[in-house]
Parts: sequence; structure tokens; C-alpha cells
Amino acid sequence: MRSLIKIVSHIQTDEAIRFVESPESGGIVTFIGTVRNQTQGKPVLKLFFESYEPMALLEMEKIARQAAVQWNVQHIAIIHATGEKLPGEEVVVIAVAAPHRGAAFAACQYAIDTLKETVPIWKREFFEDGAVWVAAHP
Amino acid sequence: MKIMFFGITKELAGGPSLDVPLQPATVGELRGWLMERYPAMKNLRAVMIAVNKTYAGDAQPLAEGDEVAVIPPLSGG
Repeated sequence: MRSLIKIVSHIQTDEAIRFVESPESGGIVTFIGTVRNQTQGKPVLKLFFESYEPMALLEMEKIARQAAVQWNVQHIAIIHATGEKLPGEEVVVIAVAAPHRGAAFAACQYAIDTLKETVPIWKREFFEDGAVWVAAHP
Repeated sequence: MKIMFFGITKELAGGPSLDVPLQPATVGELRGWLMERYPAMKNLRAVMIAVNKTYAGDAQPLAEGDEVAVIPPLSGG
């Protein structure tokens, strides 16, 4: 398995897709997370992402290894952005190549769901009247 | 022992890192000290502690030189 694990300031989605392409694969599934322009009806001006980068990379690598073991994923790319992001901009891209589409869909869903639960990255949401760290409080 | 803060805990602690003026024996002891010093951290949904870049339970012993990070609720993706 080849894996590309990175934290960057600007996402290049085609880099992730090109990385996982191979003649052995029957399908590539890609998830691209982008900045939504509102939260519960309140306009979002921008987001700011911060990471504990060395640990975040290790947790992303764990996700890649588990995807390989559980779904026979051939190649996987997980790239997350940090810094300021405006509505519509890309924040995360995950590309998964597997022999068959079922495995690629399942592994890609696993990767983004697990990233949200285990990878030390935080986002601050900026509104017209202030800013909050997302999900910090109950 | 030096600890790092991220996200909202960085704001609550007033900076990205702190020299803890004692050597807590376990993660739980460190957590107790943190909650006493920064009561606002008790209001967070969760506060995890990572030791040497791995999530650690309260029973885990701490040694001098460990890389310790305070991890507020995650919101990546």
C-alpha cells in the first residue's frame, strides 16, 4: 500500500487523486470537505484550523493502516489543511483506491469519520459577532 | 514538566505552553492540577491528555521529559 499523509496550507485535490491512481485498482472514492457558509442559519465569515501536527500525522497514518487491513485498500491519501479558510475552500481531501468500489466507499467513509474522532485538529468559526471553537462546549 | 495547549485550552491557559511547577506522577494527577488552576476547562465537553503523541488514560504514569499535550474536543474535517 502507498499512503500520502500531509498537513498543508492549501489543498490540491488532484494531488490526492493522482497519488492513489494505479492499474490494479477498480475504483477511487474521494471525499472533499469544504467550508460551509453558515452554521444553523448564522453566516460564517471564515474558519481557522489549528493542529498538533506531529500527533495529527501519526493518527492519520493509523487511519491509513487500518483502511488497508480492513478493506484491502491499495492506496490512500489523506490531506488536511490548517490556517484560515473561507467559505467554499477545501479543508480536507481523502482519496482511496481499492480493487472494488464497495471497499473504496466503505474505507473512505471510515477514514473521514475516524479523522473527525481521533486526529488532533481544531476549528474556530468566525461569525459577524464573534468566534467560537467548534464543539468545545457541551 | 512542560505541557502544550491547543485550541480553546490555549486561550484558557493564556499561551501555547506552560512549565508545570511540579512533576505529577500520573496523567490523572496532572488533570486534577490543570482543572484546579484553570476551572474554565471543567466546562469543556472533554479534555484529553496525550503523552508522547498518544492519547493517555488517567492511570498512565508520567516521566520527566515526556511530551505532554492538552487536547480539547476535536473538530477537524
